[in-house]
Amino acid sequence: MSTDRKARIATVSLAGCFGCHMAILDMDERLIDLMARVEFDRSPLNDLKRFTGRCDIGIVEGGCCNEENVHTLQEFRRNCDVLVALGQCAIMGGLPAMRNAIMHSDDPLRDCLDEAYLSSPYTRNLTNTVPNDPVLPLLLDRVYPCSEVVEIDLQIPGCAPSGDIIHDTLIALLDGKFRGFERTELRFD
Amino acid sequence: MDKPRILEIDPVTRVEGHGKVTVHLDRQGNVNEARLHIVEFRGFERFIQGRLLWEVPVIVQRLCGICPVSHHLCAAKAMDRIVGVDQLTPTAEKMRRLMHYGQVMQSHVLHFFHLSAPDILFGFGSPAEKRNVFEIIRQNPELGHRAVLMRKYGQEIIEATAGKKIHGTGAIPGGINRNLSTERRDQFLAQIDEMQDWALEALALARDYCLREKDFIAKFGGQPSNYMSLVRPGDGALDLYDGNLRMLDARGEAIFDQVDDSRYHEYLTEDVRRWSYMKFPYINSIGADDGWYRVGPLARMNTADLIDTPLAAKAHEDLHAAFDTPLIHGVLDNHWARMIEVVHCVEKIRELLNDPDLQGTDLVVKGERRHEGVGVIEAPRGNLIHHYKVDENDQVTFCNLIVSTTHNNEAMNRSIRDVANKHISGQEVITEGMMNHLEVAIRAYDPCLSCATHALGQMPLKVELFDSNDVLIDSALQSP
Ligand code: SF4
Repeated sequence: MSTDRKARIATVSLAGCFGCHMAILDMDERLIDLMARVEFDRSPLNDLKRFTGRCDIGIVEGGCCNEENVHTLQEFRRNCDVLVALGQCAIMGGLPAMRNAIMHSDDPLRDCLDEAYLSSPYTRNLTNTVPNDPVLPLLLDRVYPCSEVVEIDLQIPGCAPSGDIIHDTLIALLDGKFRGFERTELRFD
Repeated sequence: MDKPRILEIDPVTRVEGHGKVTVHLDRQGNVNEARLHIVEFRGFERFIQGRLLWEVPVIVQRLCGICPVSHHLCAAKAMDRIVGVDQLTPTAEKMRRLMHYGQVMQSHVLHFFHLSAPDILFGFGSPAEKRNVFEIIRQNPELGHRAVLMRKYGQEIIEATAGKKIHGTGAIPGGINRNLSTERRDQFLAQIDEMQDWALEALALARDYCLREKDFIAKFGGQPSNYMSLVRPGDGALDLYDGNLRMLDARGEAIFDQVDDSRYHEYLTEDVRRWSYMKFPYINSIGADDGWYRVGPLARMNTADLIDTPLAAKAHEDLHAAFDTPLIHGVLDNHWARMIEVVHCVEKIRELLNDPDLQGTDLVVKGERRHEGVGVIEAPRGNLIHHYKVDENDQVTFCNLIVSTTHNNEAMNRSIRDVANKHISGQEVITEGMMNHLEVAIRAYDPCLSCATHALGQMPLKVELFDSNDVLIDSALQSP
């Protein structure tokens, strides 16, 4: 990446808990130093809601649970040179993907919706339907990791990954020196 | 304006999670309806069934990465009851409290400086490219630096008590799995004076803003409402970790008071509406139409009779002295309340660090198994309820969660409607800055829409305008 201009980084939270974005902030003072070298394009941390131009690095938290997630992820792929899946949800679905495998269930998504809106004893549901307004994006049959939807260049492990590993990886990418992770860094938690 | 229109804010930024706002305008450009929709769904209540009880505090926090400690502790409190424990050891209770105060501190600092301060410092209608924490760091490096270090301090307290900054493992059913080393304690104590000074300065910043803008705030998205939180049994003091439920009406009269938290469902019901995945809780005795209420920092300042740490107690009195109504209703006054709680947390952290019980070794107690347990805690954003049933194989058979943002659902919708009426209704040209006013109102609640969906992901906020026949007329994205 060229050194005479600031690198542009975009970030997004898809089907994740926002913990990976908190981990970005866990770089603490190093985030302030990093700002000398990078600029943020669209990100939930600022008010840019659409890409303003091509980005050097795109960081994706979370997998895909609805159609909007899929569109956003494809947009990130189109607009970013290096696309990074940050954390277990982006890499393999994570907690949200627990709805993919419910024992003795032929239709896990239907079961989840029924439990939340129809059969809960402390809920009043006058229409006896699950929320279905067209304003709500369609849920996918299951939760998909990012790599099943678009090509992913790099996966940073952890749930959440530490501020350290995010920092070191970004610096290595900016310097063109990324050489993979240590074995001890390849962990779920 | 000759045709009805739809505006969109998609996604709402500087909030946690994924949602969408629709504003329905008629031909004259007057607002017919404005709604906050939660667009994601997780299904946690179902897929947690069959998991083992000790796994729950570790799994459930992954609903929310901004306040994971609240879910972790709330689930642990419910599981304490299931493993038959009503009283933890002093070391366990104090370690958990330390973790919680660290969490509330970091979350409030994050919300104030990283998410909301750009609106306050630069103006609601300032250019979108400038409204972010990086701009604060550029323009006011010292303030920006403090924000980063205060959040870091809270995160490190969490790391020392829970094992990790995000999604730790410290609390276990019946207790805690570690104590605090004297080495860590001394590191934290060495910084506590500085944290207290900075917390008081942040409080002054929020207070001055709320006093300066008092007339504006009185008319911005707020209306008198009911308020709920936990309060300490007996004296009704603020207690973020434990207590009984209290609900006050807008005049400060009790609707219910000192109610055992496990009976929450006798007092509250959640309503389902087809246009949002987030439910609408209401007070049973009042009914679904008018039984809405608010939770969070301002609610707690309203419900608490007193605060048991001196600096925060004084700030609590100052807050009430600034208003001539029994309770305070301005949505943006939440910022003032939030900074009072940061001061309270710093005072509590100091008190706990000086307590030798944190180095105790008696960490877990056991009791006689029960099949059902409720845990309630005051999360940074407000009251949080976890309710589980567990069978004889230790497997979860039932789960119900009511998170802070869900409690505030109706209130947030009313605030958006109010702001849309005042700032968007009848306008010829709707600017990005006007649209940001809607987001400012939502942000004041510090919503956590990931929690609220118990779902997978994200909170894009999108504003759409409909005519009076519910026909989508136009849509405008907020920025760029
Ligand atoms: S990987 Fe972990 S921290 Fe990141 S979004 Fe998923 S659950 Fe949250």
